[in-house]
Amino acid sequence: MFEITSEQVDVDALRRDLMSPECGGYTAFEGWVRDHHKGRGVSGLHYEAYEDLATAEGLRILDEAQARFGPVRMACVHRIGDLAVGELAVWVGAAAPHRDEAFKACRYVIDELKQRLPIWKKEHYIEGESAWVDCERCRAAGHGKHDHDHDQAHGEDRSTMHKAQSESA
Amino acid sequence: MTLKVNISYFAWLRERAGVETEQFETTAQTPAQLWTELDARYDFNTERRHLKVAVNDAFSSWDASLADGDRIVFIPPVSGG
Repeated sequence: MFEITSEQVDVDALRRDLMSPECGGYTAFEGWVRDHHKGRGVSGLHYEAYEDLATAEGLRILDEAQARFGPVRMACVHRIGDLAVGELAVWVGAAAPHRDEAFKACRYVIDELKQRLPIWKKEHYIEGESAWVDCERCRAAGHGKHDHDHDQAHGEDRSTMHKAQSESA
Repeated sequence: MTLKVNISYFAWLRERAGVETEQFETTAQTPAQLWTELDARYDFNTERRHLKVAVNDAFSSWDASLADGDRIVFIPPVSGG
């Protein structure tokens, strides 16, 4: 199950839906809206999605996780719209016969979705300004015209923006 | 031959274009040619190699053949999660 939603996420219900007698291990990842980056106060985030493609790509990532790690029961939800500090922006859950597959599948899904889902976040700063998050190398290269390629996954080098860094997950 | 295509914009491309969606009549036959045309019109201030493109809600190559009525979306570097 993969969903993009503007509603609050009911984590208990999602977890319940993954429960199954053949599963002995469950793990979940939650990405929350953080209140700062590099000394700059963040008051909230706005997420925008290309929903049709994001949903198709999200389902593809879940399928890939199952192909790699076996019979893992998985679900993922990504919020869109305006989120306050502390709110849950993304949730990934994985239940499997044994814990190793659950951990690996969960990690795979969050890492892939950060690189692949057509979703964009805008940060609102406490001083009042806001900016779209982009990648760190964009900033290193100077705003606007880029001198590096985006075919390579950004992954853990953090999605960063022209002015400040990613605030969630 | 001209085509009528539907374009959707997201994030800072949407802000730059000033519209969310538009129908656009074009002589472009590929997403690459369409990008060049739209970039001349809106000055997106980026380079195509930083973007991906989707045609009819699936990732596409830049040199695919466009058809009348296609939905095209240019995808800036993503920042979900």
